[in-house]
Amino acid sequence: MLRVESPLSLEKIAKLRKGELVYLSGIVYTARDQAHKKLVELIKKRKALPFSLKDSIIYYCGPTPSPEGEVSGSCGPTTSLRMDGYVEPLLREGLKGMIGKGGRTSKVRELIKKYKAVYFLAPSGCGALLAQKVLSKKLIAFKELGAEAIYQLEVKDFPLIVGIDFQGRSIYPTSSESQGR
Amino acid sequence: MEKEIFTQIDKAVRRANFSLRRDVFALIEKAYKLEKNKKAKLALSWIIENVNIARRKNLAICQDTGLPLGFIIAGEKVKIDFALVEDIKKSIEASYKRNYLRASMVSPLLRGKPGYKGVTIYLDFNSKIRGLEVVVFPKGFGSENKTKLKMFNPTVSFKEIEDFVITTIREAGPQACPPFIVGIGIGGDSSYALYLAKKALIERIDKPNKDRFLASLEKRLLRRINSLNIGPMGLGGKTTALAVKIKTHPTHIAGLPVGVNISCWALRSAKVKINNVKS
Repeated sequence: MLRVESPLSLEKIAKLRKGELVYLSGIVYTARDQAHKKLVELIKKRKALPFSLKDSIIYYCGPTPSPEGEVSGSCGPTTSLRMDGYVEPLLREGLKGMIGKGGRTSKVRELIKKYKAVYFLAPSGCGALLAQKVLSKKLIAFKELGAEAIYQLEVKDFPLIVGIDFQGRSIYPTSSESQGR
Repeated sequence: MEKEIFTQIDKAVRRANFSLRRDVFALIEKAYKLEKNKKAKLALSWIIENVNIARRKNLAICQDTGLPLGFIIAGEKVKIDFALVEDIKKSIEASYKRNYLRASMVSPLLRGKPGYKGVTIYLDFNSKIRGLEVVVFPKGFGSENKTKLKMFNPTVSFKEIEDFVITTIREAGPQACPPFIVGIGIGGDSSYALYLAKKALIERIDKPNKDRFLASLEKRLLRRINSLNIGPMGLGGKTTALAVKIKTHPTHIAGLPVGVNISCWALRSAKVKINNVKS
């Protein structure tokens, strides 16, 4: 078991091996389908991004609204595979970590190796548990997308498993990676 | 909105989203005890902790509070009209909003800002019940995306049907949040086969099928699925599915539709009686 803090660095990432249990603390940014589409459009048009991607972590998550008295509503991971087509431009801008659920395409595995990044798995369907690890939640961009907007979450001891390490080694056999959506 | 209807629906929405069904939770606890794979056991312990936190704090078990489905099931001598169905639908929408559940519905092609409108209603009948029952079923889409339908030839072997189910599960993989509950509908027309597959999920999953042949088929499929080594979060182990439920209906001599509808481990549904129905 390892403790890791964001923002990430190559030194921190190089310590992580596939299958390892990791407790993450620091800032992560939520983004799912529509937010990815918008971010990549902004990059293509060379416009300013709503937050700096350098050494950052994106969490594939659309949280429920926060009930009164709670820092965050339920906030578990969504299927990562749907975001695979958008990964490269983000890595080029300095993204270092991704959190989600399920396998990735072999293309993303190669990209993770090329850009020396890391992919984490969060406990699937465990949004209430993960909400307990959120210290603060702030709307950053794309308010019009509702749950699909980008939120900045400050997390403490977020339990994760390394899905793909910086050398492109995946916890899942290749056959189950490219399947499904 | 009729107050009595809203009160009952609100109860169902809260129960479905905050407290995992007892039959489902019992099977998860049993799987946790039996699981030998360390990582899979850790993933199951997270699930159990998550369920307990959600129940205690009235938090959504999963942030994907689903496409809310409303099954309206009418017993004998119940009269249903448009206004009643609208009332039930609007009550589900209002209850979702009030309870901080996620607005996940969008226009299918234009997308746009997700809202609460778009509850899907199914009307069904059951001669064995009195009055009117409503089942609220928040269907998560990670698993819904893995739905499969196959129109088999009537002369197909049972083995080929089983293999189709196994392939569907293998392709669903970790993305659909195992351990699964697998609903299978066999017969009817194409859409009815899928409807039966979904309906199988709102019934109790801890009882063997009353039909002995189907019970043995469910058992055999469950054994095969649990030897796939997918496991919770895809981390391996012997807990890939908690249950397989099959429902059948007569079909045409020319065909054999088979629908498979998977539920993630968080199979959430709750049933309430609606009392003030004029009968």
